[in-house]
Amino acid sequence: MNRKVKGAAIFKDNLQNFFFVVPALAIFCIFYIYPFYKMINLSFYDWRGIGPMYFIGLQNYKELASDHLWWDSMWHAGYITLIALTFQNALAFALALACDREIRLKRFYRMVFFIPPVLSEIVVGFIWNWILNPQMQNGQYIGLLNHLLYSSGFPQLVHNWLGDPHTALTTIAIVHSWKGFGWGFIMLLAGLQTIDRQFYEAAKVDGASAWKTFTNVTIPMMLPVILVVMILTILGSMQVFVLIIAMVNEGLVNHTDVPVTRIFSAMQNTNRFGYACAEVVIFGMILVCVSFIMKKLSDKAKQA
Amino acid sequence: MRKLIMLCSCFMLIVLAGCSQPPKPSNKIILWHWMTDRNDTFQKLAQQYKQETGIEVTIQLFAPSDSYSQKVIAAAQANVLPDIYGVLDKKSIVADFIKAGLVADLTDAMQADGASWESSLFDKALADKRFDAGNSYGVKPGIYGVPIDVTNEQMVYNKKLLAKAGIATPPRTYEEFIKDAQALKRVGITPFVSGWGELWLLDCFASNYAFNIMGEEKIFATYRGQVKYTDSDWIKVFNVFAELRNKGVLIDGIVTKGNKYAEQDFALERAAFAFNGSWSVNVYHDMNPSLDYGVIPPPPVSTLHPLKIWGSAGSTFVVNAGSPNKDKAIAFLKWLTTKEQQVVLAQETNNLPSNKEALSVISPILEEFAKGMDQSTHPNIWPLNEDPSVSEAFDKGIQDIIIGEKTQEQVAQDVQKVKDFQMAKGNH
Repeated sequence: MNRKVKGAAIFKDNLQNFFFVVPALAIFCIFYIYPFYKMINLSFYDWRGIGPMYFIGLQNYKELASDHLWWDSMWHAGYITLIALTFQNALAFALALACDREIRLKRFYRMVFFIPPVLSEIVVGFIWNWILNPQMQNGQYIGLLNHLLYSSGFPQLVHNWLGDPHTALTTIAIVHSWKGFGWGFIMLLAGLQTIDRQFYEAAKVDGASAWKTFTNVTIPMMLPVILVVMILTILGSMQVFVLIIAMVNEGLVNHTDVPVTRIFSAMQNTNRFGYACAEVVIFGMILVCVSFIMKKLSDKAKQA
Repeated sequence: MRKLIMLCSCFMLIVLAGCSQPPKPSNKIILWHWMTDRNDTFQKLAQQYKQETGIEVTIQLFAPSDSYSQKVIAAAQANVLPDIYGVLDKKSIVADFIKAGLVADLTDAMQADGASWESSLFDKALADKRFDAGNSYGVKPGIYGVPIDVTNEQMVYNKKLLAKAGIATPPRTYEEFIKDAQALKRVGITPFVSGWGELWLLDCFASNYAFNIMGEEKIFATYRGQVKYTDSDWIKVFNVFAELRNKGVLIDGIVTKGNKYAEQDFALERAAFAFNGSWSVNVYHDMNPSLDYGVIPPPPVSTLHPLKIWGSAGSTFVVNAGSPNKDKAIAFLKWLTTKEQQVVLAQETNNLPSNKEALSVISPILEEFAKGMDQSTHPNIWPLNEDPSVSEAFDKGIQDIIIGEKTQEQVAQDVQKVKDFQMAKGNH
């Protein structure tokens, strides 16, 4: 009898606890699990967004496997990510190191470096569109960059940066890095400020040079933060979209296509919702794999 | 515990009751639109309508049009469409909306009282959402939309810049256009701008010349797969763009330029010619009220077939077939397209009215645009359309020609490859 009462109490307690998590669980299921399930389900259909749906099995995936535009777009996103990982993060780290020291106007720099990330991507795209404008009016370049290059004695460097397939993607990647380096800067600066100053003093007493101190103290202590910044950079850069639309509209032929613009195009231009869902599934899987690899690397680095 | 269970149950009941509650008729109509430039006028007219009839029309703006389109599709899937909305998509998608029971058939209302409503509107504007008997979409014949304005895409030219280059009259042939472009270049003026970063505008320009070079029968035969894109006539269409590039007619960066930027370039007199729609009258007026310009159809390259421009309903509203306020929504649209309201819309927003009687009050520049309606056509009134994937390859191919990456023949082969693939899939 006693056991029965105890069992009922435990059940009541569990049920009570369960009811507390029901709202969160319901929201999670409605807004995450169901759309996720629906998207995977739709990827097996030929559907134009409205009207009848035709089950076509793995046809969308088969087509996607041989869609060179899709895989090219993946490479483009990879290229933007590579530039962000190197140029953007190196810049962010260098500036974080500078601001971590006792320099004048430290607070001002911190604020200035954080302006690009808080600007909307559309605004950044428009600003850079004006800076990179290749046109001339009354014998003067309208775009700031070409105007500066021309007036400072480098007319040979004047270029149609977004209209040339050789420079368009790199230009977008640099603008993306300019827009994003502030996040890395803030995170890396926060990381640098958590390093105990005693380590630096000890290194100084031991006669370590600035470089030795950097490689043997700063880098090892910053490794977890650097890895987090790298993971966020990869995920953010692979999904770049608004900036591209703002800078080159529907793209310079297919030279500036990235996976998200291809997904958007499949939905908006060709009304192939099933195909777009298949693209989303594959893209999502790739991002999960990349994150998983980065996590493993991060764990290994921490152990080392 | 009991209280908690009661609370959760109540919450669920409220949610379920909310979900299943059927909409009731009311004196309130909801209209979704995407036209930023016309929002204030719509709001004003809605106020006036409330005063006249007691019916409140809530005007809700969702811009830009791309986002609006997605919102409408999502609302259609969730069955939460408003009483009045627009389907800014291809005719095949409009057909899907109709077949899904989301768009009301307005034929009876249009043809009541001796078809007075139908006859007051431009036929070409009505054709945008009209489905004829035996249409290839399998839609019951009828009129499914109410055009509130008409639009067409032509070339505009800056009179001052042309005069500066010694050009007295605008070009009437493509040859003259190229000659004029050279004259403009000699005095340092960029000849031509357009927002060809937006593929539909590029497609529209190419389509004009395709009609001119090969005629509509051959175009439709290509869509049916009976003529290949490698045909010499299609190569001639591609040649138009190659020549525009080779002769330096196009503004730098045209293939990535959005139409807003192109409009700015023309309004600020950075280019002498632009290819744009009649809505641009309002845009140019806002950007540069003293801009002196005229309108011409794109100069034809051939005399074999007439050059056709795209022209049709500019903005068309449809009525939600499932709306409990369907009749009130139809009555509002009928009121909106009467002469008085069309005059207000035309004067305040500088758009071509859909009501023929309101044409008498439009500005001279809009009148020039209106003249083009006689030679207009539109994909929405064609018996069939090209597969969107093929159109995308076609437009991107033209971009390739403009940036000098591919020859006309290479592009033709690429487009044909996509066409063959789609034909093999049965998408034709």
